[in-house]
Amino acid sequence: MITRLVPVLLLLLLGVLLAVGLSNSDHKEDLPSPLIGKSIPEFTLPLLGQEEVKVTQADLIGVPFLLNVWASWCATCRIEHPLIEALADSGALRVIGLNYRDDAADARRWLNHFGNPYAMNLADTSGRVSIDFGVYAAPESFLVDASGRILYKHIGALTQEAIEQEILARLPAAGDSR
Amino acid sequence: MKTPMKTTMKTMGASLVLTLLLVATCFAADEPLVFDNDEQEARYLDLTRELRCLVCQNQNLADSDAPLAHDLRQEIYRMLQAGESNEQIKTFLVDRYGDFVLYRPPVKGNTLALWLLPAALLAIGGVVVLLAVRRQSRQPAGGESERED
Repeated sequence: MITRLVPVLLLLLLGVLLAVGLSNSDHKEDLPSPLIGKSIPEFTLPLLGQEEVKVTQADLIGVPFLLNVWASWCATCRIEHPLIEALADSGALRVIGLNYRDDAADARRWLNHFGNPYAMNLADTSGRVSIDFGVYAAPESFLVDASGRILYKHIGALTQEAIEQEILARLPAAGDSR
Repeated sequence: MKTPMKTTMKTMGASLVLTLLLVATCFAADEPLVFDNDEQEARYLDLTRELRCLVCQNQNLADSDAPLAHDLRQEIYRMLQAGESNEQIKTFLVDRYGDFVLYRPPVKGNTLALWLLPAALLAIGGVVVLLAVRRQSRQPAGGESERED
């Protein structure tokens, strides 16, 4: 009797395993970033449109901000763009762009066309600094607190839900962490 | 008689050279890399095969054509040239992308199931087969031929 049940139990076990696997698949955002809780990496990058101005990580520290990785060639970036504009317009959070592996002229045209919500845009033309941020696809967004620590990383297009529940909800902790 | 033969040989030689050039360009997806020695080249090939491309997650860095894979290959090459060890290179990537970048993740709490489950499943399968074989051999030979009829 028990031996007859063994295949049934195994099948059930396999079913559970597959169900868990399926429900977890297609959630790239579940790939945890090892940088969460750590300080943003050191970098020196030119500003988009003002290439003679160089910005380092130290220039960004002091106020919490959202670092949004985007590119003019990135179709998904257009989808989240209205949400980022709304967030920047609300004044709740400073939004800084990290222009990833892009052509400066294309990037400027993109901003002229869709609107520019960014307080500033760092031009990572080679993508080298983005490697230090663990970026693997645009768009990605990092919530950084006033001391320069990464609190949260969102992979893929931002949603209203993610902005409210993951980003704005963390702001009280982001402001006075020093 | 000799001239056409020579021309044929020349044509064949030329097409051979062209074919070889074509093959060479097929493999050199990136700009050709120059290694200090064979050992360094072997390490480069090993590392790019063993590290995962984060964009197309079921490809390794050697196979992937994604821009990030290209950047990471460049970075691995640069680090090899700078004399860094395989461990240092892997740590560099794990620090930025997590254990997921390794096709052979370390044995840790959250990877225990990954490492132990195959062995456990093999053991369960072995027990099932063993039980089935035992039961078969316990049945009289006559009973089996009856069933076949």
